Amino acid sequence: MTRRQRERLVRGTLYASAAGAVVLLAAIADWPLIRRNFFDPDIARSMWPDVLFIAARNTLLYTTLAFAFGLALGLVLALMRLSTIAPYRWFATVYIEVFRGLPALLTIFLVGFGIPIAFQVRWPILLQITLGLGIVAAAYMAETIRAGIEGVPKGQMEAARSLGMTRTRAMVSIIIPQGFRLIIPPLTNELVLLIKDTSLLFVLGTTPATKELTKFGRDVLAARANATPLIVVGAVYLLITIPLTQLVAVLERRNARAR
Amino acid sequence: MTSVSRDDVAIDVRGLHKSFGDNHVLRGIDFHVGRGEVVCVIGPSGSGKSTLLRCVNRLEEASEGSILIEGEDIRDPDADVDLLRSRIGMVFQSFNLFPHLSVLRNLTIAQRRVRRRSEEEAVEVARRNLARVGLAEKIDAFPAHLSGGQQQRVAIARALSMDPDMMLFDEPTSALDPELVGEVLEVMRDLAGEGMTMMIVTHEMGFAREVADRVVFMDAGVVVEEGPPEAVLVAPQHERTRRFLKILDDV
Ligand SMILES: Nc1ncnc2c1ncn2[C@@H]1O[C@H](COP(=O)(O)OP(=O)(O)OP(=O)(O)O)[C@@H](O)[C@H]1O
Ligand SMILES: [Mg+2]
Repeated sequence: MTRRQRERLVRGTLYASAAGAVVLLAAIADWPLIRRNFFDPDIARSMWPDVLFIAARNTLLYTTLAFAFGLALGLVLALMRLSTIAPYRWFATVYIEVFRGLPALLTIFLVGFGIPIAFQVRWPILLQITLGLGIVAAAYMAETIRAGIEGVPKGQMEAARSLGMTRTRAMVSIIIPQGFRLIIPPLTNELVLLIKDTSLLFVLGTTPATKELTKFGRDVLAARANATPLIVVGAVYLLITIPLTQLVAVLERRNARAR
Repeated sequence: MTSVSRDDVAIDVRGLHKSFGDNHVLRGIDFHVGRGEVVCVIGPSGSGKSTLLRCVNRLEEASEGSILIEGEDIRDPDADVDLLRSRIGMVFQSFNLFPHLSVLRNLTIAQRRVRRRSEEEAVEVARRNLARVGLAEKIDAFPAHLSGGQQQRVAIARALSMDPDMMLFDEPTSALDPELVGEVLEVMRDLAGEGMTMMIVTHEMGFAREVADRVVFMDAGVVVEEGPPEAVLVAPQHERTRRFLKILDDV
């Protein structure tokens, strides 16, 4: 048997057993039960319109707030890491290492419960959400942004300085715009991760008006003892995330061509 | 050469030393460029030509010595280095145009942000300088869509748009395909003809011979020999100069 034939045989066997497993599962599955528990049209209909106009809207709102905060703080941290002033570099390094190393859920608890207890403050839920997700996002984005800035050829800064620009001016007008162009794909990936991380926010406590997709789905699940809401909110997540990941793929191809 | 009065000197370098770590690259350079003078700096690879040029606008910090630009010491901690740099046009081997900006924006951004010119004035100056390098029709193009020769001419126009007192060139044609070298040298020749003060690091001996008022030969971090092009390039006094020119002739 040649190598090629052997490979074909192995692959054929794998495909056959996979197909067999699917057929077997389909045969032993209780289809009416599955349909009732996962695809109940009445329950799906009862979730409309709140699933979009409250839950999905909140998911997008929380994502946007956390992303904007993370981007702004991430840019500051990236510039601090690249600074010529050593204490700035140390601060940024410690921040980034700490918050990339902690579970997101722990940070959310910290912002939502730890700080309020320690300092005897109550802060608005939207601020808790923004900080709870944004603090961690900033740590990741800082490293992405730093890579983008460092990816801009050295000659760009030299050309800008030769024209009399200050370092800050050169950063703002020349380096950062080019750096961001390089990192639009990884930043979009961060955005997708954030969208999914909003599902952790229920631990901060919610009212009917502040539920995001996952919490909304879970509540319907509990109330109706039925898994249909999971399918519905899952579909909504994918409706949001798949276009974004597709966009990343397109942008990455374009970046690769531009180089 | 050293008898030039300081008033007529645009660039005046004295006793310049520069080290990168243990690498002592410039070893006591005395060098000057008079107002309106065109000086070509030649020498083997690694002799410190680029380092000297970059010390002149403080892209590199000198280790020792003085560098006066129009009489102002750029190494003075109180010197306004950004202002000084804005008066010194710099042209790089690799062009270094800003790829995210159109040709027009490449030419106006520093005029607006550094010179604080109005938009109308900056655009007007940009148009004039683009015409000067023969690229008026490329005003809305992006750098990536230009040939190397065109990019370098835009880079020259960008530097000129700041109305500099002098221009520094670091091997401006070394990254170009041979057929594109001529158009860039043409622009530089015109500039020299208009009386621009120029310091040019180059391997183009024909150009140096034709355009330079003075040629400076550097080797191993010192100025070995300098003088009018006919003297240095045709009848060099020093053995090292002769060897360098001979190697160039052979290739
Ligand atoms: N930023 C730097 N850091 C460390 N060493 C450097 C740096 N820049 C230049 N050097 C060293 O200084 C020496 C002189 O370099 P320089 O670029 O000035 O030479 P050059 O005469 O311009 O050569 P070429 O004709 O190849 O451009 C070389 O040994 C080089 O390795
Ligand atoms: Mg060089």
